[in-house]
Amino acid sequence: MIAHAIFFYIFSFIAVISAIMVTVSKNTVHSVFFLILDFISISCLFIMIGAEFLGMIMLIVYVGAVAVLFLFVVMMLNVAHQKNTFFKSTHGSRHIPIGLLISLIIFFELVIVVGGWKYKPDLINSISLEISEVSNTHSIGYVLYTDYIHLFQLSGMILLVAMIGAIILTYRKREGLKRQSYFSQISREKTDGVDLVDVEKNKGVKIDV
Amino acid sequence: MFEIGLGHYLTLGAVIFTIGVVGIFLNRKNIIVILMSIELILLSVNINLVSFSIFINDLSGQIFTLFILTVAAAEAAIGLAIIVVYYRNAGTIRVEEIDKLKG
Repeated sequence: MIAHAIFFYIFSFIAVISAIMVTVSKNTVHSVFFLILDFISISCLFIMIGAEFLGMIMLIVYVGAVAVLFLFVVMMLNVAHQKNTFFKSTHGSRHIPIGLLISLIIFFELVIVVGGWKYKPDLINSISLEISEVSNTHSIGYVLYTDYIHLFQLSGMILLVAMIGAIILTYRKREGLKRQSYFSQISREKTDGVDLVDVEKNKGVKIDV
Repeated sequence: MFEIGLGHYLTLGAVIFTIGVVGIFLNRKNIIVILMSIELILLSVNINLVSFSIFINDLSGQIFTLFILTVAAAEAAIGLAIIVVYYRNAGTIRVEEIDKLKG
């Protein structure tokens, strides 16, 4: 139990510190790296608490895909040199104290909710999916493809729409690029492609390319 | 102190949520950091759902976390595509210089 507590405090400390560093670090690339560290420590917490499947999925999806996507965009856009002017507003706007105040209010509201919160007495009777004795991945697999199959397919549709949207948004036509045009390729006739010439003797033929 | 309960995980989620909100409010850099703050907020929601799921012994929280993960990935892809298009058109993604709507 002591070891559990010690590891919880270590991982949550790393998570909180790296979350702060995401927002305040000067370089955007460093922010992305701290985001990766944050995700890794949170997935360690998930694995520790007993949700191994979600911890591993977090590692694969976030660290393997989303964070690398962020890194690619940061490198493509050449914004890594933009230094962070944190707490230094150029127009003298007063949004920083107001933002800090609102954030503090949100934090204390959340702390009040966490501190003064109790189980509803009949909660135990209303459990919809009890965690069974089999392993975490097994029990998720039992319900994900049976009870939640429609939601599962719907999330696949969300991913498809996101993929198509991202491709359409970033697609652009460039000049001077040779592309395959199926229409002109199929509608090509023999008269367009073949030119019959009478070659005179001992003269040869001039080929225009 | 050494008995890690549901309250500890909820507090961690609250702290990370607040850091994400602060990151959105106080950002003077570029929009990519705002997107990362949104990812932090979604992560804190995931922490809450998973810890409730474990401590109440109900699996549906973890299923919902899976769907939130999907939506977060789709949101990151679309957001980054919009940022790339905006950078191509306007040449900058600094928060202060994006003021076409006069907000």
